[in-house]
Formats: sequence, structure tokens, C-alpha cells
Amino acid sequence: MSYFNFKTGLMSILAGSFIMLGCKPKSAGSAASGDAAQKVYVAPGEYDEFYSFTSGGFSGQVAVYGIPSGRLLKVLPVFSVDPETGYGFSEESRPMLNTSHGFVPWGDQHHLSISQTNGEYDGRWLFANENNTPRVARLDLTTFTTAEIIEIPNSAGNHSSPFITDNSEYVVAGTRFSVPFDDENGDIPIASYADKFSGALTFIAVDPESGEMSIDFQLKTPPVNYDLSHTGKGPSSGWFFFTSYNTEKAHTLLEVNASQRDKDFIMAVNWKKAAELVKNGAGRKVKAKYAHNVFDTKTHTATSTMKDEVLVLDPEDVKGLVYYIPCPKSPHGADVDPTGEYIVGSGKLASLIPVFSFAKMLKAIEGKNFEGEFDGVPVLNYEAVLHGEVQKPGLGPLHTEFDANGNAYTSFFVSSEVVKWNVKTLEIIDRQPTFYSTGHLTVAGGDSKSPYGKYLVAWNKISKDRYLPVGPELGQSAQLFDISGEKMQLLLDFPTIGEPHYAVMIPASKLVDKQKRIYDINENNHPRVAKGEEETKIVREGNKVHIYMTLIRTHITPDNIEGIKLGDEVYFHVTNLEQDWDLPHGFTVKGSQNAELLVLPGETKTLKWTPDRVGIVPIYCTDFCSALHQEMQGYVRVSPAGSNVPLKYGTGDKAPGGEQNL
Amino acid sequence: MQNSNANVLKPHTRILTFLAALAVFVVIFVPIWRIELVAPQYPEGLEMFIHADKLSGDVPIINGLNHYIGMRELHEKDFIEFAVLPYVIAVIAVMGVLVAIVNRRWALISWFVIYALFGVLAMIDFYQWLYNYGHNLDPTAPIKVPGMTYQPPMIGFKQLLNFGAYSIPDIGGWIMAGVGGLLGILVILELVKNRQR
Repeated sequence: MSYFNFKTGLMSILAGSFIMLGCKPKSAGSAASGDAAQKVYVAPGEYDEFYSFTSGGFSGQVAVYGIPSGRLLKVLPVFSVDPETGYGFSEESRPMLNTSHGFVPWGDQHHLSISQTNGEYDGRWLFANENNTPRVARLDLTTFTTAEIIEIPNSAGNHSSPFITDNSEYVVAGTRFSVPFDDENGDIPIASYADKFSGALTFIAVDPESGEMSIDFQLKTPPVNYDLSHTGKGPSSGWFFFTSYNTEKAHTLLEVNASQRDKDFIMAVNWKKAAELVKNGAGRKVKAKYAHNVFDTKTHTATSTMKDEVLVLDPEDVKGLVYYIPCPKSPHGADVDPTGEYIVGSGKLASLIPVFSFAKMLKAIEGKNFEGEFDGVPVLNYEAVLHGEVQKPGLGPLHTEFDANGNAYTSFFVSSEVVKWNVKTLEIIDRQPTFYSTGHLTVAGGDSKSPYGKYLVAWNKISKDRYLPVGPELGQSAQLFDISGEKMQLLLDFPTIGEPHYAVMIPASKLVDKQKRIYDINENNHPRVAKGEEETKIVREGNKVHIYMTLIRTHITPDNIEGIKLGDEVYFHVTNLEQDWDLPHGFTVKGSQNAELLVLPGETKTLKWTPDRVGIVPIYCTDFCSALHQEMQGYVRVSPAGSNVPLKYGTGDKAPGGEQNL
Repeated sequence: MQNSNANVLKPHTRILTFLAALAVFVVIFVPIWRIELVAPQYPEGLEMFIHADKLSGDVPIINGLNHYIGMRELHEKDFIEFAVLPYVIAVIAVMGVLVAIVNRRWALISWFVIYALFGVLAMIDFYQWLYNYGHNLDPTAPIKVPGMTYQPPMIGFKQLLNFGAYSIPDIGGWIMAGVGGLLGILVILELVKNRQR
């Protein structure tokens, strides 16, 4: 009976709490309406409409989601080691993560740009920045792999990056931290910030054919923090706009000390003129040390080159090419609308959104309509450049993207919402809550001249109760909105890896057909490739043992290896002989202090292994490749140092003692 | 005179014979037969094309898969046919041209008989190969299904473990079949013409 009493009691408590819940104002979190499920449903076997390349934040990687389903398609290793594929562990890929500080195994990846032609995504390359050890990477979008990484000297906190010009002439890298330049004495009081520190804006030239990056020049500027940037488009396409904060030049407690002025700046840079100056010999060569790492798809090997010089343009070199637009207050995003006429500054502590007019800016420059100077750089008159202000948009505007119909979408961190407004009339059209605290947002093609519109994703910084709880550390949350109508409609929540900052969305049709399925083994020029089992061998060079090994369903050649000794450094050069789609093989060795390798068809990768004990050591394929995957294995015999066990190897009847199998 | 007239081909027979001979030439350069394989893991399918002188398509992939069941690998050098077939076809085509030049009924009938014989022999040979590959399996093969053989169909569809195999003529095969049919009709018409006289 007591059981029944207990149950009745429980029921009444539950009923009571339901009544209490009923009294609470209805949460907007339940506002996903009617046909939302249908709009995000991508039936099994069907494809998403868009790829979303999403920054992985402190994971250092880039995540690829399908939109509208929100499915995670792949995590691309870029700045952090990836034991899953061997990126950063294989001998071939280690040079990709080389820097002037040596091998750096991780990164903080914030923003992305897709290569552009005429201001539209051409889908050739994806550029990704690294904030901590300033770097920019280029990914090849036929293989979704990291093709190149270049380090940025004279910088610290490469945040304002990797924004791109509309014909991919330049990718920029604006420093967050101003610091003394690398060729200057850095052993100085931190309090000398205002006098001795400088900010670097780096212009990385992109080869129009190969995509290869090289630093063309750096602008040396007064010490401030650069936050974000965007190129002009159409009429403004020769200009770049960088937001800067801490124009107070504070070096401590920036929270307070960098939030004093009512207005900071958007720096407008005439990059086309600057590039011309450089071509005509302007600037000075400055000693620097930075790594340039390139992955060769033919040798399947990266090389790292240390550069020792960079061209710097000093403020006096660029007189007349650089202007400050006053912008309230501690501006974060600087976003240019598709027409190229309007520049939206999002002051993260401002209570309004200023929209500047490029035509008015040119007029103000021409009429020398300045309200002063900042370290010798003219500050344009705010009113003279202003198109208008969006009044009461929300709290903490961060980023703005655009659709093709003249609308802007701004994310608000503090008031946790996305607001749609008209760029010309500055009127607010719609606002939708986000869960919670949106950082960046992305409209498909929203930073290009021709936005695709249709979808908007808010990349939220806080997820709290949105998913099943998984302990104190929670994933972050993305929210998909349908923006095809007048009102934005929340469709879907999905969790993300790392911390997504910015993301770019490109129609799937632009990439699907150019995806590579295999690497042609006939084009494999790896110096230690074995293009067939007959080319497998073991070469001993002192204590270095090079094993030319092949993988094919479902055996390893050689799979029996004897004659390895303690003190040897063993290099497994593993070639996947398969030439069929989606047939990677994995490879590892027991006790590998390194990682495993994931070897794609036609590819060669090398795993370094230093045996640490005498005995029999298993090797096997780690990727379930076929019905006989569990048979794809072998043994290495490790003998004591100085042992005279001869080097013998093979598979099947060629294995040492293999005749017995016949 | 009447006798020799009866022996001469009708003008359109002569022209069609000539065109048929040219069509046979084409067979040397196009795939004759195709085998399509579909499996759950290969929704996009695998294809193998048999030409007069070579194999093409996904042969290395098919070889890779066949090793599980112990089927011998397909290698062009193992087929004497690929060395001689182009010449045999060329000779047959030349014969057809000669028939058009000679312009005699006996020539046409002879060519038809040789052509038909060649066709039958070719199909028997093809069947032999399919049978051998399907039955002569490596006894140490990893996958052994008691009683199972893997002979692909000569024409049509057959399920072989996880693979569905379709075997059908390709352009060359259709040309061969079409020419055969055409010659048959022409011969009949010529014979009927003669009887009417």
C-alpha cells in the first residue's frame, strides 16, 4: 500500500510542478514552428544543398557541415595534429606544422574565406587563419586537405584574417596584439606600448594559378588592436576595411582601459594603390623569421622553408592611402554589403549600428573633411562618411552578413538574437532570439558580391540546456534559420566541434563534381613509394631501417619482418595500392608512440617507430577495409642490439619460413 | 546470260553488303561486350568492356575483388584472342568488301556462312572463358561457398554472391548481331528473287 501512496504523492508533486511551469512565461526556445522538420530533412542517400566550412576555434581544425541537415560531414586537420589520419605525425605531414617556434602541434582557428573570382565564390581554395602562432592556411577543395601554411611575422594574435579580395589577389592578416616588430629590440618595458609597439597588416599575395601564398608587404601602423576586416566590392573593390579597437593604447586591463573612447576606428586601406607602390619599389626589407610550408600532392610530402625577410611599408610610405573612419564603440565586424557601397561597423559596446557610405568616404577624402589625426593618419569626419545609423538594434552587435535583396543580418551577443534590417532604409524588419549569445553568423554567400541567401546560421557561444547534458564541458551550438521569407524562421539546432567562430557556406554544386576520388598511383613521386608488391623492400642505412611497404586488400607486404634491432629507427613507408573509391587502409604498430596512418588509395605515408623492447611486435590495418580486414596483419621481430639475426622479410611464401605455408 | 544475271546481286543488296562490311571494320575499334556488376558497396556499379583487342573499364578493381573467391585475375596477355581477333574481324570485313566487288550471289552466301560460323565460334569461345573463370577457382581462396560457382551469364543477369552481374552486347556486339541479321535477310531475299525468276 505504501507503494501506492508514494506513487500518488509523486503524481501530485508532478502535477503541481506542471501548474507552476504553466505560470512561467513561455520560452521562445520552443518556437521552432510547423514545417521546420521538413525543411531540414535530407533523406537518406540524398545530399545537402550547401557545404558549411566552419572554423573549429581552439580545436585548430575546420569542420564541414551539410546545410540544411546540420550533419557533420568531416573534420579537416589544418593547424592541429590529428592522430586519426596521421596529420602532424607522419614524416610527410610534420613539416606542415613547422613554425619559427619549431613544431607547433595545435592552433586556434577563427575565420575562413573561399577564393573568389569577380567577388563570387569560385570554390577553388579555402583560406583559414590561425590566431595564436600567426598563420594562414590554404586548403585544396578538390581533396579537402591542407595544401599550404604560411606564418605571419611581426604579428601576434592573427585575428583579422584571412579575408580575401574579390579576385583573390590578396588574403589579409591583421594583428590583434600590437608588438614590437621582430627586427626591433623587444626587451623593453610593456608600458612603452604607445611608443614602441606597432600593428602589422599583412597582405599575402595568392598565385592566381597555383594558389601559392607569399607575403607581398606589411603595413606598419600605430599600436592598436585589429579585430576583423573585409574587402570592398564593386566600386569599393580596391579598398580594405579593418576594425581597430584599443585606440586608447592600453597595455593592461583592456576590459576597462580599452573601453574608454566613444569611438574607435575602421581603418580604410587603399590596397590597390599600396600594391602599386610596392611594385614600384616602395618599402624597406626587414629581417624576420617565418615558415612557409607547402604540401606537394605528387610526392605526398610537405616541405617547410624558413623565410628571413619581409617588405614593410611605413606610415609615411602610405600617406594618402590610409584613413580612419570613427566607429562606435570597440568595433568588431567590418562588413561590406554586396553592392560595395555600404560598410557596416559593429561596435560590440555600441547601442546602434553605423552604416558608412563608400561614396561619401571618397568625397570626404577629396574634400579633406577630417576631424583630426591619429598618429599622423587622417581621421575622417564621422557625419560626413555616415550613411545612417540603425537605431536600437539590440545589445552587443558583432557581425553582419547580407542577402541578395538589400537586407542585412546582424548577430547580437549580449541580447542573444539575430536582427534583420534593411541596408538602405536602416529599418529593422525582424528579430529572432538565439540560444545563446551568438558570435558570428553566416548567410550562404553572405560576404560575397552575390549572396545565395536562403539559409542563415547563428554560431552561438553558449549552449547550456539545448542538448542532453554531457558534464560540465558542453559543446557549442549552431542554429539554422530559413531567411527566404520576410520573417526569419528557426529550423534546427546542431552541436559543433571546438568553438565555431566564422563559417562560409557554398552551394554543394560548386564542389561536388570536382572531388578527387583517389590519388593516381602512377603519379606518385614519393621517394620511397612501392608501386607494387614487387617493389617492396627493406633498406638498412646504419640504424635507420626503411621499410617500403604496400597495403592492398587484404594483406601487408612485407607482413613478416625479422632483423630489426633495439636502437634502430624504423620508418614504415606505406603505400596503399588500391585505386578504388573509398578504400583507405590504416597502418600502425604496437606501442606506436606516434599515431596511426590513414593511407588513401595511391598515397604513401611514413610512420616512424623506435622499438623499445625485444620481442614480437604486431602490425595491422586500422581501417576496416574489407571482409578480411581482421586478417590484414603481420609481425615484426625485434632482436637485441648487436644481434646477428639477418634482415628477412616477405608475405606468404616469400615470408621467412613462409614455404611451410605451402 | 540469264544464269549469270540470277547470280548477280541486286543493287541494293550490293550496297547493303558493302555497308555491312564497313560496319564490321568498326567492330575492331569499339567495345563488343560489356559486363556490369552492382553490389551494395558499389551502387555506382563496376563495368568491364571486352574489345577485339583488349579489356577496359574497372578491370583492376574487379581483379582485386575476385581474389576473395579465388578467381584468376583477368590479364589481356592470357587471351590469345586479343592478338588474333582484330585480324580475323578485318579479314571478315575485307571478305564483305570483296563480296560487294565480286557482286555474286555465291559470294554473299559464302560470306554469310563464314560470318555465321565465326559468330557461333566466338560465342562458344566466350562461353568457355566464362565457364573456366567461373569454375576454376583457387582452392586456397579465402571465401569458399560449397557448390557455388561464379560463371557470369553470357547474356542477361545473374546474382553472384553480393554482386549482380549483367552481361550484354556493347556497340560492337550489336553491330555484329545487326550485320548477321541483315546478311540473313539479304541471303533470303536473294534466294527468293532467284526462285521467282
